[in-house]
Amino acid sequence: MIEARHLTKTFRDKKRGEIHATEAVSFQVVPGQIYGLLGANGAGKTTTLRLLATLLQPTAGSATVAGFDVVRDAQHVRAHVGFLAASTALYGRLTARETIAYFGKLNGMAAEDIQHRTQRLADELDMHEFLDRRCDKFSTGMKQKTSIARTLIHDPVVMIFDEPTVGLDVMAARTIVRFVRDCRARGKTVIYSTHVMSEVEKLCDVIGIIHGGRLLAEGTLEQLRDRFGEQEMEEIFVKVAGEEG
Amino acid sequence: MNWKNIITIYLKELRDMLRDRRTLISMIVIPTLVMPGLVLGIGFVSYKIVNQARSTVPAVMVLGGEDSPKARAALAANQRIKIIPTTADWKQRISDKKVRAAVEIPSGFDAAIERGAPTAIKIYNYEGEMRSGFAVGEVRRFFTQYRDKVIAARLAERSLPVTLIRPFDVNSENVAPPEKVGGNVIGGLIPYFFLLLSFTGAMYPAMDLTAGEKERGTMEAILSSPIARIDLVLGKFFMVLTASLSTVLFSLVSMGLTFVIGGAMLARSGAAQRAALPSLDPFGLLAVVGMVLPMAVLFSAALLTISLFAKSFKEAQSYVSPLIIVIIMPAVVGLLPGVELNARLALVPILNVSLVSKELVSGVWHWNYLALIFGSSCVYAAIALALAVRMFNREDVIFRT
Repeated sequence: MIEARHLTKTFRDKKRGEIHATEAVSFQVVPGQIYGLLGANGAGKTTTLRLLATLLQPTAGSATVAGFDVVRDAQHVRAHVGFLAASTALYGRLTARETIAYFGKLNGMAAEDIQHRTQRLADELDMHEFLDRRCDKFSTGMKQKTSIARTLIHDPVVMIFDEPTVGLDVMAARTIVRFVRDCRARGKTVIYSTHVMSEVEKLCDVIGIIHGGRLLAEGTLEQLRDRFGEQEMEEIFVKVAGEEG
Repeated sequence: MNWKNIITIYLKELRDMLRDRRTLISMIVIPTLVMPGLVLGIGFVSYKIVNQARSTVPAVMVLGGEDSPKARAALAANQRIKIIPTTADWKQRISDKKVRAAVEIPSGFDAAIERGAPTAIKIYNYEGEMRSGFAVGEVRRFFTQYRDKVIAARLAERSLPVTLIRPFDVNSENVAPPEKVGGNVIGGLIPYFFLLLSFTGAMYPAMDLTAGEKERGTMEAILSSPIARIDLVLGKFFMVLTASLSTVLFSLVSMGLTFVIGGAMLARSGAAQRAALPSLDPFGLLAVVGMVLPMAVLFSAALLTISLFAKSFKEAQSYVSPLIIVIIMPAVVGLLPGVELNARLALVPILNVSLVSKELVSGVWHWNYLALIFGSSCVYAAIALALAVRMFNREDVIFRT
């Protein structure tokens, strides 16, 4: 479960002064649910997810992930989270198996457990053909599968996806979408950020529209359609962001 | 701090590094091949050039002295110079390196010697040109011997002993052991190379493991794992330190081989006796490596800190490359004659190691300074490491855009 309470993050920039990346963002994600964080570039999606993954510390507000406080129990939070972003890459000089094992070890797993789990993930993701090849020679699809396996090696209860399909071709993006659905089916708590309207329509149980660092609207797709009188997600988003603008 | 995590990170970085051609080149190939190649190559080429110059009889012109046949005949009989016909453009020919020197015999030189009147020989040369220098040396040696003969003849005429004008000789003899002579000759260069190599050996991995990771996008993944930042820093730090010390170790081994091979080559060529080669105190040499150790820690931690600040590998290079000057400057000051180790200089990083190392390879052990330098270097290294850990905890550095 994820619970964000008035999460606020302010950066200080020499030229631009104080930048409020997120302002009092509050939401809740329960197990077996995909929460879609929808927003344009610079809306505060990545900052929110980095706060939840404890990569950043909140300026104000608080959050708990899998029952652990993101500030006080940061290491425990990270032990229960799988973080996948389009911007995160693989170590080119390691093989897929070595990459997965590395993250398994960092998550405190025993060598035997890593071996079993790698085998299972390779079966599920159809990775056997390239498991012992170096990542710098991989296609986008192979890289995505390896990234997914790396994220899942310790079987986290919470999954955080930060625009995971950005820059991917249709086939690679479909692999990701299928994988996100699998996570929900296994009862994991999932938060998924994107600026692609169709993805939230297809994937997300609850949608939060973030703009200018603030969460402006939240609800299921049906609830948002009813509230804003629009069928298309894009129209709803424009209405929400436009009202604010 | 979790040593299991630190070792996990270290081993991953080690594997990664050993598969990276660029790191292997800077860590193994350069210190192992380039250094001896440079030393032996330059030594061999300069030995050949000097030898060739020495074996060639220099061409010398004689100006004047037509009325002094004795002096001219004696000069012409000298096998070590070749007297060639004098031309009007003799100055130009010296400048063009066609003639190595010209010697001017004044009018009435033989007669002046007969009378015992004062007179002088003048030698014209190309200042700073090696072969011209050899020619001047030969001409000077000839006229010095010629003068001694004249003096001896005059004294014999008057039945006076030679000791009248030469009551005593002045002789000098080296009593310093060969390693001390060696320490003075090349002792300063050894720590200079070690310091420079420990820095350059750490440079590439430090940039790759910080700015390189940020640029490639692998940093975020590692930061989202449950390891503590201090474990991450220490794992990476030990890797950079390994690269730095490996570079020093490879250079130490190759330097030793260079001396053995170089010595054998010189001995075989008969140009120098083994004893004439500078030798170094082997324990002193090991102690120099011991003194470079905290410096390598300091360099590794400092390079990690600085490189982490950069957004890309290229940016890190622009921060780190100028720092080589910071390493070279104090190391070069340590090489200057007259700069001696004292309590104040013992606290100046790099310079202190450079100065004490010069003494160590000469077999001189200043225990109090050694303790002070090692202690202060450890303190500087600890500060740099603490700073690196602090930098890894700074969001504005890790996620600098």
